[in-house]
Amino acid sequence: MAIIKESIRNQITFSQIPFGEGLKKGVQLTPEELIKVVRDSNIRGRGGAGFPTGMKWSFTAAAKGDKKYVVCNADEGEPGTFKDRVIFSNWAKLVFEGMALAGYAIGADEGIIYLRGEYTFLRKELEKQLEEERAAGLLGQNVAGKEGFSFDIHVHMGSGAYVCGEETALLEALEGHRGEARNRPPFPATCGYLGKPTVVNNVETFAWIASILVKGADWFKGLGTEKSAGLKLFSVSGDVERPGVYEFPFGITVEQLLKEVGGEGAKAVQIGGASGHCVPASNFNRAIAYEDVATGGSIMVIGPQRSMLDVLENFMEFFADESCGQCVPCRIGNSKLLEGVRMLQEGECTSKYLNELCKLAETMQIASKCGLGQSSPTAFLDIVKYFRRELFSGQAF
Amino acid sequence: MTEQSVNAELISVNIDGKEIQVPSGTTILEAAKKLGIRIPTLCYHDDLCIAGVCRVCVVEVEKKWQLQAACAFPITDPITVHTHTPRVRKARRHILELMLSEHYGECYSCGRNGNCELRSLAQEYGVDGYRFGHVEEPECEKDDIGFSVVRDMNKCIQCRRCVRTCAEFQSVKALHTMGRGINSSIGTYFDKPLSEVVCINCGQCINRCPTGALQAKDYTEAVWAAIDDPKKHVVIQTAPAPRSAIGEEFGQPGVPMTFQMNTALRQIGFDKVFDTNFTADLTIIEEGTELILRLYKNLVQGDNSAPLPQFTSCSPGWVKYIEHFYPEYLAHVSSAKSPQQMFGAVIKTWYAEINNIDPKDIVSVALMPCTAKKFECNRPEMRDSGYQDVDFGLTTREVAKMIREAGIDLNTVPKSNFDAPFGTATGSGVIFAATGGVMEAALRTVLELITGKKVEDFYAHADIIPIRGFEGCRYVELKIPEEVGPVPDLIKHLVPDWDWIKGATVKVGVAHGTANARKVLEDIKAGGKFSECHFIEFMACPGGCIGGGGQPIPTSQWIREARAKVIYGEDNDYEVRKSHENPDVLRVYTEYFKEGPCSHKSHELLHTHYTPRGKFIE
Amino acid sequence: MLIIQHKKTIDLIKDLAEKHGRQRNALIPILQDIRDKCGQISDFAMQAVAEELKIEPTEVYGVATFYAFLGVQPRGRYVIRLCRTLSCDMAGKDDVARQLENDLGITFGETTKDGLFTLEWANCMGVCDQGPALLVNEDLYTQVTPEKVGEILDSLRCPA
Repeated sequence: MAIIKESIRNQITFSQIPFGEGLKKGVQLTPEELIKVVRDSNIRGRGGAGFPTGMKWSFTAAAKGDKKYVVCNADEGEPGTFKDRVIFSNWAKLVFEGMALAGYAIGADEGIIYLRGEYTFLRKELEKQLEEERAAGLLGQNVAGKEGFSFDIHVHMGSGAYVCGEETALLEALEGHRGEARNRPPFPATCGYLGKPTVVNNVETFAWIASILVKGADWFKGLGTEKSAGLKLFSVSGDVERPGVYEFPFGITVEQLLKEVGGEGAKAVQIGGASGHCVPASNFNRAIAYEDVATGGSIMVIGPQRSMLDVLENFMEFFADESCGQCVPCRIGNSKLLEGVRMLQEGECTSKYLNELCKLAETMQIASKCGLGQSSPTAFLDIVKYFRRELFSGQAF
Repeated sequence: MTEQSVNAELISVNIDGKEIQVPSGTTILEAAKKLGIRIPTLCYHDDLCIAGVCRVCVVEVEKKWQLQAACAFPITDPITVHTHTPRVRKARRHILELMLSEHYGECYSCGRNGNCELRSLAQEYGVDGYRFGHVEEPECEKDDIGFSVVRDMNKCIQCRRCVRTCAEFQSVKALHTMGRGINSSIGTYFDKPLSEVVCINCGQCINRCPTGALQAKDYTEAVWAAIDDPKKHVVIQTAPAPRSAIGEEFGQPGVPMTFQMNTALRQIGFDKVFDTNFTADLTIIEEGTELILRLYKNLVQGDNSAPLPQFTSCSPGWVKYIEHFYPEYLAHVSSAKSPQQMFGAVIKTWYAEINNIDPKDIVSVALMPCTAKKFECNRPEMRDSGYQDVDFGLTTREVAKMIREAGIDLNTVPKSNFDAPFGTATGSGVIFAATGGVMEAALRTVLELITGKKVEDFYAHADIIPIRGFEGCRYVELKIPEEVGPVPDLIKHLVPDWDWIKGATVKVGVAHGTANARKVLEDIKAGGKFSECHFIEFMACPGGCIGGGGQPIPTSQWIREARAKVIYGEDNDYEVRKSHENPDVLRVYTEYFKEGPCSHKSHELLHTHYTPRGKFIE
Repeated sequence: MLIIQHKKTIDLIKDLAEKHGRQRNALIPILQDIRDKCGQISDFAMQAVAEELKIEPTEVYGVATFYAFLGVQPRGRYVIRLCRTLSCDMAGKDDVARQLENDLGITFGETTKDGLFTLEWANCMGVCDQGPALLVNEDLYTQVTPEKVGEILDSLRCPA
């Protein structure tokens, strides 16, 4: 009995894509041709890290393995992001098709959706739609009429761990272990789920692949910027008039975006979730794209009345709890940053110690084992850089 | 990795300006070692799989913005590495400071003072203050309830070496990582004391702990008190493995120090210094006799109440392992006590009798390479003399500490022999210390007794080479000749005839490290080749006793091999090299256990029983 | 009584192992089902799962204590999780938190004496545009206000 409003705020391309068409087109190509289409579209992973999807697929296709897997990363845990939930609620079949296309491209017959525990209420509907896809011949044997191509998908529930959004931690969780990131290399493309070559992509990435097959690689490539092709879904929340899910091309400036969502007058925008960048008003001319401010789609707008110290405390509490705890820089580093924020709140932090913490934050970025610890200090560094005066005064400026 | 690397292509790597070609898959750490470049490590351990969690070994790899853990980075493409750039140095120092901020560093009073990897690294990498704080007071209680392993989580830095050791080497998994984030910790099931979970007391975790978080329970104060009490007659038996390693504590690795140690122990104040090899030889006679009886019953009489294969029982870690994990196989375990416990029983009975000492005034101490021996001597079933047979088990490390505390330099003390009446030992007793040694000793005796021939007729210089080595699970077949006997009086009466053994093939197995023991037991369960064995030696620790949990720290395959070399070297030097030729052993059978091995009296004092413990944690 | 309960637990776990398999990757689905059916993952259940999957109890314990939605502590029939991340925080989660504590008479991390409610923090539920968000078992409530807290609790106490 989830009481969730649909909050799609502008025209989303997925609404125009007829279910089934992308997959049917895709299996007419050879796997190599299909990967070429994905490559040519220049699409990069929509989860936030932005790895070129075509390259990931070609590595996995080339990897040797008697069995391969396609994993859909639906562990949407980054604070401020909810677009994957909206995709699943409206266009789940595009995701399934994207996964089947990946299976066809790399030679996998099994797909797994790792759905975060918080989204358990979506599971029944997803399973119903998977059943419909099977009935429509879009999953199962001879998928979309392609002789000899079998592919099916099942849903695996997460259990409440942000770190499992990191792909190797996710694989550990799938295998029944603690969700702790693996050493990389080897990468999942060669050694993934159960040691087999595995493609792990975000929910949105799969939906775009299905759309690209319908509308063409050139269409996608022609949108966005040169290095950040295509359209992107954004989850907008915080101090704005019209929160919800939006579709914008990459390259949109923060300022333009704020205008669209009714967030003018913000003092800062947190882009990319707790692990992303905190952009102050003076930098609102920056573009949202991999080459400038990268994001998996989370936009949290911080109004002028907010205390940046509270914002920072919120983030650091989050990371101290959600760090998997295995590597030293992340486990202890995040708790030291949190301690520092608390010292600032008490008015007990020296400038020297704050500088030490910033240096520590830089070490965490380069020495942590996985993306969590590498990105958790980003907001800390940004907020200290742009709001130092506010942090020391204890007042909002 | 190494196996793979044999045929792997060679990749060029440049580390700090030095070029080297390494097989694809070699880690940066391994490549640097080849170049003689030191990269500091902490969670890395030669014996264990890679964790990559401490991040102390981070280095700069060109074209990568993030630093890379040298231990976990396999080289598959040509790369250029820098091991001590400003970024690397700063990161290392930060990481060490973070660890120190969580570590309760009571360094002066810590058992690892002077041998702490964290402390050495802090010094080496210029840590000059507690930048991110310091733990002033311990935050949780020590777990020192058990007899063997003490766990002080205030000093734990979560390198997970203990977790990996417990899982990979020992297949016990008493220790594991718990919780998440700032609440993560290394612990037992529900954080119960080690003595209440499936811990087998092997102490392998202690040998690999970089700090003082895991230590052996220290009984030296109690032993000093006994020595200082003039009413007590304090004797010490010394096992062979510590002799191969105690030199490491005094700057002489790989040097046998048996006879210097004897002198030092007397100078400390022990009234008598005995050689556990005496009861190692006694064990061979008892256990060998038991084997012959089992073989006869199973193979000739079809009676499998005492089933084959017979398992050795001298490793107390192994005994507790099988009690927990394979209690259904306890009937296979030889009822013979371990050499330590046989000695304990003999000292407080026969030795007390012939020397006219009241056994209540004897304090019996054992120098062992082992932490499980501390638990073993406290087992309730080990009181057959009417007293606790062995009062204290000391590790090699504890005795080294006592020697230092007494102001003795082991390198300069004169040599001296063991005390009578247990002064004569054999090479067979000595090799108990290495994996395969018990089996080799047993075979030397059994082969000789039943064939009437010399072992040397089968194996040059009585070295049964096929049984030696470090392979985890070994299987060996030995052919008995068509002619047997005459069988000597000591065992002749055991069975009515010996014809059944003629031309037989004796199948034996050896396993060391309880992870390998598990493999063998699972093979037996599945009806594999080990199920056809007649006799299998099991040692809880990798390498056998030389790799015991009470041996000097650190440990590695190389160190264990060096110790094994000392052991086989000593064996070589003995005049008598077979247990059944030990005159002191023969004397104890003529004077005390007059009915011979496996008789009523020997069963009373030299044999024991086991407790099926199971895995359920109350 | 205890023996009957243990027998029931063992039977349940055997059924779950039939359903999910006995490979290591079945561990988390089995624990999730135990949690849903029994309300908690007990000490006995963890040891029984370990036995069934041929792994050690510490491994089960290590996994159970890693995930926020597993855990080894007894919980109430309704686990109420309030999102504490930034968007919900800015939308007024502190007021909702206070009201929950007042109405239930417990603080976060605790369970009511009648065993009905457990109150916990959660990190981002994915409805940041409609905060503050509250998850009750699997059901999600959005735009929760302190006034609504009483209604929600009543509806849980006496389902219509």
